[in-house]
Amino acid sequence: MSIDIKMAWRNIWRNPRRSILTISAIAFASLLLVFMLSWQLGSYDTMINSVLKIHTGHLQVQAEGYKDKRSIRLVVPKPTAVSAILDKTPGVAAYTFRANAFSLVSSEERTYGAMVVGIDPAREVNISTLKKVVREGSYLSEEDTNKALVGELLAKNLQVGLGDELVVLGQGRDGSIAATVVKVKGIYSSGLDEFDRSSLHITLKNFQDVYTMHGAVHELVALGKSLEDVPEIKKAVATGIEKMDKKHRLVALDWMELMPGLIQGIKIDLVGGFIFYIILIVVVAFSILNTFLMAIFERKREFGVLMAIGTTPWRLTKLLLIESAIITMVGIVSGIIAGSLVTWYFQVHGIVISGASELMKQFGIPERMYPQLSVLSVSIGSGLVLVITFLTALYPALKVRRLRPVEAMRSV
Amino acid sequence: MNIVECTNVKKIYQQDKLEVRALNDVSLSIKKGDFIAIAGPSGSGKTTLLNIIGGLDVADSGRVLVDGNVLSTMSQTELATLRLRKVGFVFQAYNLILVLSALENVEFVMLLQGVPSSERRERAKAILDDVGLSDMYDRRPAELSGGQQQRVAVARAIVSNPSIVLADEPTANLDSKTGASLLEMMEHMNEKKHVTFIFSTHDKMVMNYAHRLVSLRDGQVVDDQVHER
Ligand SMILES: Nc1ncnc2c1ncn2[C@@H]1O[C@H](COP(=O)(O)OP(=O)(O)O)[C@@H](O)[C@H]1O
Ligand SMILES: [Mg+2]
Repeated sequence: MSIDIKMAWRNIWRNPRRSILTISAIAFASLLLVFMLSWQLGSYDTMINSVLKIHTGHLQVQAEGYKDKRSIRLVVPKPTAVSAILDKTPGVAAYTFRANAFSLVSSEERTYGAMVVGIDPAREVNISTLKKVVREGSYLSEEDTNKALVGELLAKNLQVGLGDELVVLGQGRDGSIAATVVKVKGIYSSGLDEFDRSSLHITLKNFQDVYTMHGAVHELVALGKSLEDVPEIKKAVATGIEKMDKKHRLVALDWMELMPGLIQGIKIDLVGGFIFYIILIVVVAFSILNTFLMAIFERKREFGVLMAIGTTPWRLTKLLLIESAIITMVGIVSGIIAGSLVTWYFQVHGIVISGASELMKQFGIPERMYPQLSVLSVSIGSGLVLVITFLTALYPALKVRRLRPVEAMRSV
Repeated sequence: MNIVECTNVKKIYQQDKLEVRALNDVSLSIKKGDFIAIAGPSGSGKTTLLNIIGGLDVADSGRVLVDGNVLSTMSQTELATLRLRKVGFVFQAYNLILVLSALENVEFVMLLQGVPSSERRERAKAILDDVGLSDMYDRRPAELSGGQQQRVAVARAIVSNPSIVLADEPTANLDSKTGASLLEMMEHMNEKKHVTFIFSTHDKMVMNYAHRLVSLRDGQVVDDQVHER
């Protein structure tokens, strides 16, 4: 081992208590960061998946412009042509068809506007949690005609229960009036208020009859095997549909395009998290700064001697930086190990959160959450600690250059 | 050839509102290979003079030449490099690096000079043998007596074959017997390696070892004679 490093190592242990405190502070910050980032990033995964599972899926194929205009005339005219592409695309776990029409829904008492959604009951099960969130009555079956699933809040607003009749009035694809009467077969509560307040589901077949769709749908909704597969799938599907019908242009949209609010929410949450992390690291940085300034103050005389025997200011800076690098590395490595162990424990056992955050409530997140260890969650925090402690150590290490040997040696 | 040349060197300290003329117009030439004592009572300016010659402190006026280098024009880094290559220091309080062993203390200077590690080790051992510490390589300063520490300090100062070794009252903390043997060792090194020694003292016994004796009083050279032993 070189004398430089030996010297730094021994200097660190001249004041073991102070060094251990500093190392612990760094380790604790790293531990906390590994855990919290794993938690945060993990909760996004859960959140994204649960939101996408009730709503948009990972990916949709729609007519160009449908996302913004929601016009009933912007359809996917030949759903089977698109499903043939999805069948051939690797990474696609499941897909289904949906059609939507904004309509007036009336009970005996009241009338509300709602999105009437036509679903394929069998396929829908593989895509969304709709079946699971039916709390009263039962889910739709293939043969159900004029039967509907109604969101809990919508049912409450309309003052209807199971078996009650609703009049649905809207506009068909061809511009004709679409009207039908449906019976409430089930009531669902997804936890997403917006969804539960403004949607009503009937079978796709029923929908296509009522709204004169001529076999067309509005959305093909697909799930990938994992979120990471989505970009690949999107690329493959996009090239597939490019070759199709030029008159009715179709587009493939991923979940980020379908739910921009979700990404925005995550970004805001991330920023909030990072503000906290930075504060945490700054607190740690001050403890390090204190350690090094004290060390320099105590060892002034020794630095004077080192300069007297020919140590250049740069060399002195280097010696101090080696010391701080050792302290930082020992702290970060032990913090990462401890943090990973703690995180891993909760990754297996989960954590029950009682007062879920606003963002999570809004998107209907389950109560038991699991942090997710990843390269990212381990490296971001410790990387930040590394950079900031290095910058902090730089100040005293550069300050020492201002020492003049005679004055330094005169001090005790 | 003169290894050190001081011409009209002045150093004034401001203490409270009083001016202290630590060095008041000192001119002095020192030949290569000399073994010279700067003598004078406490406060006469010995430390100030040695520090200025070694580039640890700067003169207010006058010229200081060390091995051809004009010190007043040099930066801190250049001065440090000059000290590293040409000047060895021995202090009254030993001032070894506490966390390093005797051998490592001596090696450290060569590390700074960029000497390869195997050569470093060999030379450090040889010089410690020369100063009579052949079985103390691995002792830390705290495990050595004052005399032994000062021997390590001398070894550290001469290991890189500097042009001059500046020793500020090197025996002041030692008993007279230990001090005498340290001086004998220094004299031996002076003869064997032709290193120039400049040491300060206020001790008659120590002055007796000098080959040339420069006496300082109130920052001025009051006597300068070649010393017959
Ligand atoms: N940093 C300083 N500030 C003020 N006065 C000083 C300082 N260093 C030395 N002096 C004064 O300069 C004079 C010479 O000091 P010094 O060179 O240490 O003498 P010596 O080493 O011979 O005892 C003394 O009067 C001393 O008090
Ligand atoms: Mg003195």
